Amino acid sequence: MKTKNSVLFCLISSFFLIFIISIWKILATLQGLNIQNFNLQIIFIFGLLISFANLRIGKKIKIFYKSIIFSLIFVVCDGYIIQKLPLWYNIGIFLILYFFVNKINKYSFENLKEEHSTQVIFFDFLTLFGILFFSFVILFPFYMMLITSFKTQIALLVNPLDFSINFGQDFKDLFKSYFVIFKSYKFGTYILTSTIVSVGTVIITLIFAIPAAYAIARLNFFGKTFMSTSILIIYMFPAIVLVIPLYTIFSQLGLRNSIEGLLIVYTATTLPVAIYMLQGYFKSIPKELEEAAILDKLSWFGIITKIIIPLSIPAISSVALYVFMIAWNEFLFSLMFLDNPNSFTLSRAIQYLSGDAETPRQYLMAGSVIVTLPVLFIFVYFEKYLVSGLTAGSVKG
Amino acid sequence: MKDTLANTEKKTAYILTLPAVILVFAIILFPIFANVWISFKEVELKDIRIPEPRAKKIVKSISEDPSKIKILYKLRNSSLLQDIREVSFQDKFPKNFKIEKLDQRCEFEKYTLKCKFGNWPAKYRENFQVVFETSDGSKINKKNLKSTKPKLDGTSDNILLNINFTLKNFKKVLFDNEFLDLLLTTFYYTFFGTVGSIIFGILTAQMVNQKFYGRTFMRSVLLFPYVAPVVALAYTWELLLDPNSGTLNSLLINYQVIETPINLLGQKYIEINFLGIDFKLRLALTTVIMFEIWRYFPLAFLFILARLQAIPKELYEAADVDGASPFQKFFNITLPQITAVISILFMIRFIWNFNKFEDVFLLTGGASGTRTLPINVYQQGFAISDIGMGSAVSIVIVVLLLLFMFFYFKLLGKRVDEN
Repeated sequence: MKTKNSVLFCLISSFFLIFIISIWKILATLQGLNIQNFNLQIIFIFGLLISFANLRIGKKIKIFYKSIIFSLIFVVCDGYIIQKLPLWYNIGIFLILYFFVNKINKYSFENLKEEHSTQVIFFDFLTLFGILFFSFVILFPFYMMLITSFKTQIALLVNPLDFSINFGQDFKDLFKSYFVIFKSYKFGTYILTSTIVSVGTVIITLIFAIPAAYAIARLNFFGKTFMSTSILIIYMFPAIVLVIPLYTIFSQLGLRNSIEGLLIVYTATTLPVAIYMLQGYFKSIPKELEEAAILDKLSWFGIITKIIIPLSIPAISSVALYVFMIAWNEFLFSLMFLDNPNSFTLSRAIQYLSGDAETPRQYLMAGSVIVTLPVLFIFVYFEKYLVSGLTAGSVKG
Repeated sequence: MKDTLANTEKKTAYILTLPAVILVFAIILFPIFANVWISFKEVELKDIRIPEPRAKKIVKSISEDPSKIKILYKLRNSSLLQDIREVSFQDKFPKNFKIEKLDQRCEFEKYTLKCKFGNWPAKYRENFQVVFETSDGSKINKKNLKSTKPKLDGTSDNILLNINFTLKNFKKVLFDNEFLDLLLTTFYYTFFGTVGSIIFGILTAQMVNQKFYGRTFMRSVLLFPYVAPVVALAYTWELLLDPNSGTLNSLLINYQVIETPINLLGQKYIEINFLGIDFKLRLALTTVIMFEIWRYFPLAFLFILARLQAIPKELYEAADVDGASPFQKFFNITLPQITAVISILFMIRFIWNFNKFEDVFLLTGGASGTRTLPINVYQQGFAISDIGMGSAVSIVIVVLLLLFMFFYFKLLGKRVDEN
């Protein structure tokens, strides 16, 4: 049992080491380093040796010295003697090894003897692997988006793997793509249009949704249950089946290529979500407050503006943020309804830009960064509000 | 008294909900019915513009006499297909104007020129000219004349409102050779996208449910693909996967994994030899499914994580006492606790993936075997500009969705009964 577990442990940890170093090598390759080989066998053998040595040595040497010694041995053998790579690359490898040795330090011959220890090891490394894997897979495209927007067409054609940024260059050269898309592609106007449409949608949606949500949450009327169930069903209904009738109707009414048209459609499509989220919150407000207000002869308008809204600011702001994000990210309707470049939203403008095969990709990526940043910023900054709302089943996608 | 109170409550409720109900009805429910109507018609994109009578006003001064002026109206029917009936025309002039010669279709009264042009066939054009002189012989201000615009009016058929119906669209949609292929592609895309995102959701939720440094950061990072705009993400992926100078292909060639670049988004099939068996993998479709999984697993992750955090700790402690292994704990405690969430997620994601348009449209435009039903709506309606066909495909989508919902709830209902 002990030997089997030790062998398994050494194998799993070596594979894990291969995985981290491979990610580092890919990132280093993208900085323009000429790495053509992962040298998997060498990493594997080192991984096995380090894991085994770690088990043998156990707690005889302090963990700090142990990790430094192992890391140095690995770096010297792999980086300097075999591959001859620059210092920053080897510092990275050193830190990875340091992290790795610290991770495997908690295993010793004693706890490998315990019951289920194979599965425990497996799960431990799977979690670590998962964290790194998913971080890499998710952040990599975002990283490439950002980096590409700072490169020039020629540099990318000369070496498609060199994504290193020269920070020494002039500020204007570094942000050249951004200057170009603002100057020659009118991105300033598009940002303004997108902002007007998104903020407008938020305001109109709230004006329509708050009274309706209040009525559904509090008042008794015929058709109430029907209304609250149909909200959910309407919410499930796909935008793609609305497109053709709306297109024909909007064409005949002259609402295409207008901000008003977009506002109407966005409001209607976000209303069910907004009402659903708000009525859930309104139900949690104690009824006694309103009863007191009714005795004071407050009208429903007074109740909503003086009691309900002040008490539900957190819910209202989270709905507002959602509606903003939905409207900002919306693409289908802006593709259908806008064909005049003067009334484009950001998403539509980027799609239009990509339609021209001549458009250099760094402009496309600069546009993508501009459209992504506000949303990610809002999301990270207000994450707490938003996550609880997301689980309420809100954002449609 | 009580009765009136209940009545006012009802009234208030209707007043409060009415604006939202009207808007949702007009923009969401009405179009669904309109779809049914349009799908039985032969309508093309160019037909939906209502024909309009138009006039371009050109003011020409007559050189030998400054008190006279010639006005030319270029009249036309904006439609190339339909005629306009009973076109009427009206234009205003300054008070001191006298008309020189009056067309018999027109009359000049109260400084207004009114004409009845009768019926204009499709593509109709006419140059209509009038000459004016001032009654007091004063000079004419051309700018003033140009600024007033003539008003035209006429009646025409709106092709959407007539009652000619046809089954042609549905025949074309359902009995087309490609229909089965279309349905199969849509099904692959929807099913594998849904299952993939749920599996990834379970894995990530299980992972984040453990304690480690940077856990909250990890949770927001995992949601990035879901909240970022689809346009930006699709173009970034396209750039990464590009066969000519895309990062992925360059990397793979650099590491000598492949010799020639693979066009991941533009190649329909790829031959794969697996365990001695050759089979064809639908490459572009697989890539598009990968994108879909990547973009939507965060929703599954969030739902499942919320459920995992609600599982009472005592269950795991009891299992520890019994000496259960991590695998046993996962399969016997965790999985049964999250089946309800998974089944809801399956339905939500299935329906939304079934209707997903933007992702495929932006990545491949429906080329190389990635044409799903929603893409077909767009292609029929706007690329081939056959609005009727597009509507018919939309109706097929709605019917399939309703069928899916019906069977899903029936199946789910049965399972609930059994428990």
